[in-house]
Amino acid sequence: MALAFDEYGRPFIIIKEQEQKTRLRGLDAQKANISAGKAVARILRTSLGPKGMDKILQSADGDVTISNDGATILEQMDVGNQIAKLMVELSRSQDYEIGDGTTGVVVMAGALLEQSEKLLEHGIHPIRIAEGFEMASRIAVENLEHIAHKFEFDATNVEPLVQTCMTTLSSKIVNRCKHSLAEIAVKAVLAVADLERKDVNLDLIKVEGKVGGKLEDTELIYGIVVEKDMSHPQMPKRIENAKIAILTCPFEPPKPKTKHKVDIDTVEKFQTLRQQEQKYFDDMVQKCKDVGSTLVICQWGFDDEANHLLMHRNLPAVRWVGGVELELIAIATGGRIVPRFQELTPEKLGKAGLVREKSFGTTKDRMLYIEQCANSRAVTIFIRGGNKMIIEETKRSLHDALCVARNLIRNNSIVYGGGSAEISCSLAIEAAADGYPGVEQYAIRAFADALDSIPMALAENSGLQPIETLSAVKSQQIKENNPCCGIDCNDVGINDMREQNVFETLIGKQQQILLATQVVKMILKIDDVISPSDY
Amino acid sequence: MAIDSLFKDEATEEKGERARMASFIGAMAIADVVKTTLGPKGMDKILQSAGRGHSVTVTNDGATILKSLHIDNPAAKVLVDISKVQDDEVGDGTTSVVVLAGELLREAEKLVSAKIHPMTIISGYRMAAECARDALLKRVMDNKEDAEKFKSDLMKIAMTTLSSKILSQDKEHFAQLSVEAVMRLKGSTNLESIQIIKKPGGSLRDSFLDEGFILDKKIGIGQPKRIENAKILVANTAMDTDKVKIYGARVRVDSMAKVAEIEEAEKEKMREKVKKIIAHGINCFVNRQLIYNFPEELFADSGILAIEHADFDGIERLGLVTGGEIASTFDNPESVKLGHCKLIEEIMIGEDKLIHFSGVEMGQACTIVLRGASFHVLDEAERSLHDALCVLSQTVVDSRVLLGGGWPEMVMAKEVDELARKTPGKKSHAIEAFSRSLQAIPTIIADNAGLDSADLIAQLRAEHHKEGSTAGIDVISGAVGDMEKLGISEAFKVKQAVLLSATEAAEMILRVDEIITCAPRRREDRM
Repeated sequence: MALAFDEYGRPFIIIKEQEQKTRLRGLDAQKANISAGKAVARILRTSLGPKGMDKILQSADGDVTISNDGATILEQMDVGNQIAKLMVELSRSQDYEIGDGTTGVVVMAGALLEQSEKLLEHGIHPIRIAEGFEMASRIAVENLEHIAHKFEFDATNVEPLVQTCMTTLSSKIVNRCKHSLAEIAVKAVLAVADLERKDVNLDLIKVEGKVGGKLEDTELIYGIVVEKDMSHPQMPKRIENAKIAILTCPFEPPKPKTKHKVDIDTVEKFQTLRQQEQKYFDDMVQKCKDVGSTLVICQWGFDDEANHLLMHRNLPAVRWVGGVELELIAIATGGRIVPRFQELTPEKLGKAGLVREKSFGTTKDRMLYIEQCANSRAVTIFIRGGNKMIIEETKRSLHDALCVARNLIRNNSIVYGGGSAEISCSLAIEAAADGYPGVEQYAIRAFADALDSIPMALAENSGLQPIETLSAVKSQQIKENNPCCGIDCNDVGINDMREQNVFETLIGKQQQILLATQVVKMILKIDDVISPSDY
Repeated sequence: MAIDSLFKDEATEEKGERARMASFIGAMAIADVVKTTLGPKGMDKILQSAGRGHSVTVTNDGATILKSLHIDNPAAKVLVDISKVQDDEVGDGTTSVVVLAGELLREAEKLVSAKIHPMTIISGYRMAAECARDALLKRVMDNKEDAEKFKSDLMKIAMTTLSSKILSQDKEHFAQLSVEAVMRLKGSTNLESIQIIKKPGGSLRDSFLDEGFILDKKIGIGQPKRIENAKILVANTAMDTDKVKIYGARVRVDSMAKVAEIEEAEKEKMREKVKKIIAHGINCFVNRQLIYNFPEELFADSGILAIEHADFDGIERLGLVTGGEIASTFDNPESVKLGHCKLIEEIMIGEDKLIHFSGVEMGQACTIVLRGASFHVLDEAERSLHDALCVLSQTVVDSRVLLGGGWPEMVMAKEVDELARKTPGKKSHAIEAFSRSLQAIPTIIADNAGLDSADLIAQLRAEHHKEGSTAGIDVISGAVGDMEKLGISEAFKVKQAVLLSATEAAEMILRVDEIITCAPRRREDRM
């Protein structure tokens, strides 16, 4: 009840229109929030790991997405509950920051929530739980750094990078050809990477998909692929050593911004106007020709007349190229985007070794390949696949792989996957817990239990006995003092992740633990939920 | 504390077994819809659109049927999608791919209920698909070197493709047509240059391939009806009033006399344009846009054949056939490439007059004129012919050929069976299931033909136990026959695409353990 009393003992109302709001307070609010968070985690739990299952998501318009990428599932889930939305945000921020591990972070948060529910039942104050979790997460992050390995690679030896990307891809539907895709991802990232500054601009990697063919046909193109064709069907389909004029002005007479009228009142004026018009077109084409361009790429359309003039003067042209693509072309070919014909100079032209048009299948789809560019820093990954959903899913998986490769270039520390890092952290926390006096000790232990839930889910999804496997691996880690023991998801018979080549990036793992802890802390601190009731 | 509103209103969630069931059943239902159309004795479907006019399509093309269905089940949508892609990519096998995927899921359902984990089934299927593909690769024939044999291969493929369609009565005739048309393309897969004109009347047998080019247009009145050694200018330009393209221009006059002057100037402008066009030394002018009466009259005066409003495809093809360039400005007559042909004449097909360009320079494009009793027949004939053309053009690129009539399926099934015997673990069940699904295709073909499928398949299997067997189902005589002698062939590319897409789709559906459906968008929201 939101009733309060003033100093004379008269009641007054703090929250207006009570009957239109529903309100949950105290322990009830926390429990409701926790169960909502757990419900979201429960959905994703089965998607974890190389043997994780997919979800079908049907959007409001009836389009079907099949995915096992945590961020994608949550984004499209049409969630109404406030706490569930927080979890969605959580996986999104992991996606933005790291790109991979979006499922793991939600499962981790769910496990933490589950543990805190038990602690709440013991009567431990939520703030104390939150503090305990905070301490535990710090121990975990330190431990991760402790067990992390530096991992050496350079431009000539990319195999370690490929191995890491393969770990990411193995949980996706594309794992049939994960090796080739991982190689593509690594090559793409290395092509655009700035190894000196340890920075990678992923915007330079364009991922294009086209339905048809097989996944194996997916290729990396050192250049740009644009889904456009030549503006005139009879223009040459293949240009070598192209000099490209990149224009953002249409091949049309200029349209001054100021309002004006050209009045025609005599026959002479009519005729001069006509000549003027023809001259415009002629000049425009001549200008392009004069600076020596052999290909025109234009953001706008051309008039029929201009189109023919271009064709006539052997100047192939592409029209209606989108702004983003135009920028990429400019970056790749080292050209400048020219907004006016007058400013066209030979230096501003982009250069490409080969421009060709390629057609696919039985339909008349054509794509324009711009290859062997002056600046090879822009690359395109061109995905082929059996159907639209496979391609979309491949795009998402490749994005994850690209992010992982980028993170490794930024920071080349890795931890081992397959739940081994979690188990090791859990052991470290468990050992440290006894050193803390006070109620937090319980929370710290609970954190260790929550960490166990990730290898547990992995084992469960792989069809192993979860509890047996986990305890076996745990004891092995202590006995051999080897933090690389994890869950053997692929049933190969060894559980040393070093031998199985299952890696994850250190910052990815750290971020997972930190983000999950933060969200759980936030949820635990809520003790009052006021929401408009249904009407 | 129960949470009842994790999702928004009307959004639903189905989990685990139920989700899997829903997707299996949806996919199998779709496969069953098209199942009866498989094979030379497959039946057709009538599709009635829900839109205005309730237009009717009669077809047996899997992709066409599935495209027209309104489907709500997400798994079914995956199947529709693969059939669409199959259509785009290779053109034929659209039914087979859906049926095979359906069969794979049907087998998978049995395995799942026998408590085999979907992931195990998937890895088994993957191994089996790989093995099946290798089996095909081993038995594939390639006659690219031998032009004569290659052509007969193409003939056989065309006949096999057409035999399951409405054209099966005249399949030899149409196979001949399509092989000739595709051979003219010289290896390009651009089917746009094969024009198909449909004219009701006559019988299917009266359809013919024309080496030249037929434009479905009339010749302007008063213009020559027949031109020999024609020089053709193909253009895309406005031949009504030429608009002033400078922005903001407008005509302002203050007296009637001035209006007349301007009008005269306009006419003068057009006259000049026509003069420029005539100066190219042409005797035929084809424009994509309208030609108004005034310029038409001018053309007629100088004895030039002017054809207006040829649509964009028509223009492009004409450019391709005659070797002329599509022009929009006419200031430099010397450098514009004109198209040439020996003879332009007006011909009659049925009751319609068409313009026929014969003796063209470049033989790449050609026209197939289809005749038939009704529009439905013609539409279906066009689809069938399209399938055949697609398959042929793909075969020209990838010339590997297999036998037909269920032969490839039996070859694959045999190899896959052997693999199953060698593989330890639960996967072998999945591999065996894969082989059963492969055998389901000849079974369905036999069933559709009203034959005793169980008996035939058993015979076929025994036959295939011998090394290098060429046995398949001969639907005509209803027995096991030698496919090589009967001349039933299929393109390797089609079979491979069927195998891989179907496995991929089945895999995708198998991996699903949860379906989340958003609330359908309300129509009012958009208002």
